[in-house]
Amino acid sequence: MADNKEKENAVYEYSDSGHGYENRQEIYYNDNVGGRAVFVDSKEQYEADEPYNDEVYLPEKDRGKAPILQVNGLGIDFGGLTAVDNFNLTLGRTEIGGLIGPNGAGKTTIFNMLTKVYEPTRGDIIFDGKSTKGMSTVDINKAGMARTFQNIRLFDKLTVEENIKVALHHTTNYGLIDGMLHTPKYRHEEFRIRKEAMKYLKIFGMTKTADYRAGSLPYGAQRRLEIMRALATKPKLLLLDEPAAGMNPSETAELMDTIKEIRDRFQIAVFLIEHDMSLVMGICEGIVVLNYGRTIAKGSASEIQSNPKVIEAYLGKSRGKMEEEKHENLEEALSKGRLASAPSGKPDAGKEAE
Amino acid sequence: MAERILKSVSVRALKGAKRGGQYRKEAMIAYGILIAGYILLQLGAATGIIGRNLQGQFVPICVYMALAISLNLVVGISGELSLGHAGFMAAGAFTGVVVTRVLEKSLSFAPARLIIALIAAALVAALAGFIIGIPILGLRGDYLAIVTLAFGEIIRNFMNVIYFGLNEKGHLVFSFNHAIDGIEDANRVITGPIGATGTTQIATFTGAMLLTAFTLFVVLNIKNSKQGRAIMAIRDNRIAGESIGLDVKKYKLMAFVVSAALAGMAGCMFGQNYSTLAPVKFNFNTSVLILVFVVLGGIGNIWGSMIAAALLTILPEALRQFSDYRMLTYAVVLIVVMICTYNPAIKARIGAVWSKINPFRKRSKDNSGSSGKKGKEAA
Repeated sequence: MADNKEKENAVYEYSDSGHGYENRQEIYYNDNVGGRAVFVDSKEQYEADEPYNDEVYLPEKDRGKAPILQVNGLGIDFGGLTAVDNFNLTLGRTEIGGLIGPNGAGKTTIFNMLTKVYEPTRGDIIFDGKSTKGMSTVDINKAGMARTFQNIRLFDKLTVEENIKVALHHTTNYGLIDGMLHTPKYRHEEFRIRKEAMKYLKIFGMTKTADYRAGSLPYGAQRRLEIMRALATKPKLLLLDEPAAGMNPSETAELMDTIKEIRDRFQIAVFLIEHDMSLVMGICEGIVVLNYGRTIAKGSASEIQSNPKVIEAYLGKSRGKMEEEKHENLEEALSKGRLASAPSGKPDAGKEAE
Repeated sequence: MAERILKSVSVRALKGAKRGGQYRKEAMIAYGILIAGYILLQLGAATGIIGRNLQGQFVPICVYMALAISLNLVVGISGELSLGHAGFMAAGAFTGVVVTRVLEKSLSFAPARLIIALIAAALVAALAGFIIGIPILGLRGDYLAIVTLAFGEIIRNFMNVIYFGLNEKGHLVFSFNHAIDGIEDANRVITGPIGATGTTQIATFTGAMLLTAFTLFVVLNIKNSKQGRAIMAIRDNRIAGESIGLDVKKYKLMAFVVSAALAGMAGCMFGQNYSTLAPVKFNFNTSVLILVFVVLGGIGNIWGSMIAAALLTILPEALRQFSDYRMLTYAVVLIVVMICTYNPAIKARIGAVWSKINPFRKRSKDNSGSSGKKGKEAA
């Protein structure tokens, strides 16, 4: 009991300090879900964090070109909680990048920061050569970043076709008076965007359902429609938040082909969050792994698969290693005379040991 | 020949129904109701079936229909609750009265005067809507409803303290918060709480019906345009709307201002129907009444709200025979209709009965399309 209280205090202590972790020996921070305190071993681990925003991490074909997205030291606090900290990324012009990590790692939070649903507390985002500081969600979309949502957000009461037409809003060229009186200009533009909307619907072969209400579509079709809607805003970077969630293996395989096709046809970058490893490992050229709000690895699919940190994040530590660390931590804590405040090892790992 | 024309019309209608036809269907029903209503009421008045009392309600019926349609733009299409619609109606009504009185001498052709008054009323009401719209944009739901309520009352109370009159030269004199001295009663245009007096009644049933048709035209067109889609998209999902680059505030404001302008025009027509008109007519009750039309007709259902407006305006007149129990009967009817239209179980029951007696019902092919067909083949 007393131990828990001490942990909480430690969390606040850290959150007050903000950046100043360099001189600290022990650092606590929270993940954004359960508010658990996590013990990060020592200063060394922070220093071991690579920036992951070098050109080295770009796929061959995108090297030499300015990256579409560059993120440096991105972080956000919610009250006293640090949801994401020191997130770095470089994404090539036509790269398909993946963002993976266990539940609650802060993946969607990163998407929300990229699209300015949340204003980041720290760090900067350089999109297409320009900093996005002070931009709103609307500005971000106009600059060329479009996204889908983890929990589908369609315009339910509009038809499938209208959902695409809304996304074509900025390329539809008539004013309110034309809209009110249905002038020839209105008719001409409506005819044009109807054809264009159909072009997008064709990508996923959904032209037959054009007149259905978006809310009445089956789940998979809704996901596809959301991707098409994002695509219709003519983005340079497409952010997909769990595009394969709720799809069966054959649908997922189809989706993989479609994402590749979209990339090749529109020559855009795609950055996706996904739990389905077959999709991530199958199409992502670069993968970032996130755990407890921090980047733990970046590399190609094969590099990620063999990375011990990633395996640890997903499967936990091996028993032997855990015991060893527990022992080390204990010794370290004893040497500083701070036994009471230092929990041994990761709390979840500790639970397993019991 | 006639058959051929009929055939081509029906073919065209069918094609319309196929091509994203929900709007065309809606428009056809709404215009149909308007035309049928106009013909029926005119016939009734000509043959004497409809009494004098009810004939006096013809213009208000059209005005309330127009108000219901315009409020539907905010409540149904934009998805925000507005309780201050009577305020915009008041702004339009009094603007119209002032404009027609000023023009009375110089422009003897009444319809032209009316049209100028309508345009002026629309502009003033739109300005009021714009001024009110800006501070309330950050609000949502109940909070927005309460602020619109307050603003509606502010407009009405403002009307209570303004005085307009015509001096000897026929020029307009304005005074705020105190009566104008030295003006004959006949030359007073608006007298504070007493309101507009001495207005020449130039509103006609046909004119009012045309105004309703115009309102319907504008609202239906907006609904099926880029702006309308943006407004509805924001209603359905604000965050997704922002994510595809829709300016939420701009489109909320647009819906609000257009709705206010249309309400102002309806108010102007209303004002031209009475020789005297007090600001108290445009109180909170009227705002609620318009909202009742919209809710009763089905939120977002434009032709439904038109029918509701017409019926609820006729009803108090038709219930005169119940004398003392008139308003009680009115309330009971309202409750029964609400239950019948919003209780899912009762609604389903009515729907089942309707599908049996519906003369236009589609056979075999329904909108479940190919999947339905396949199902049948399998069976």
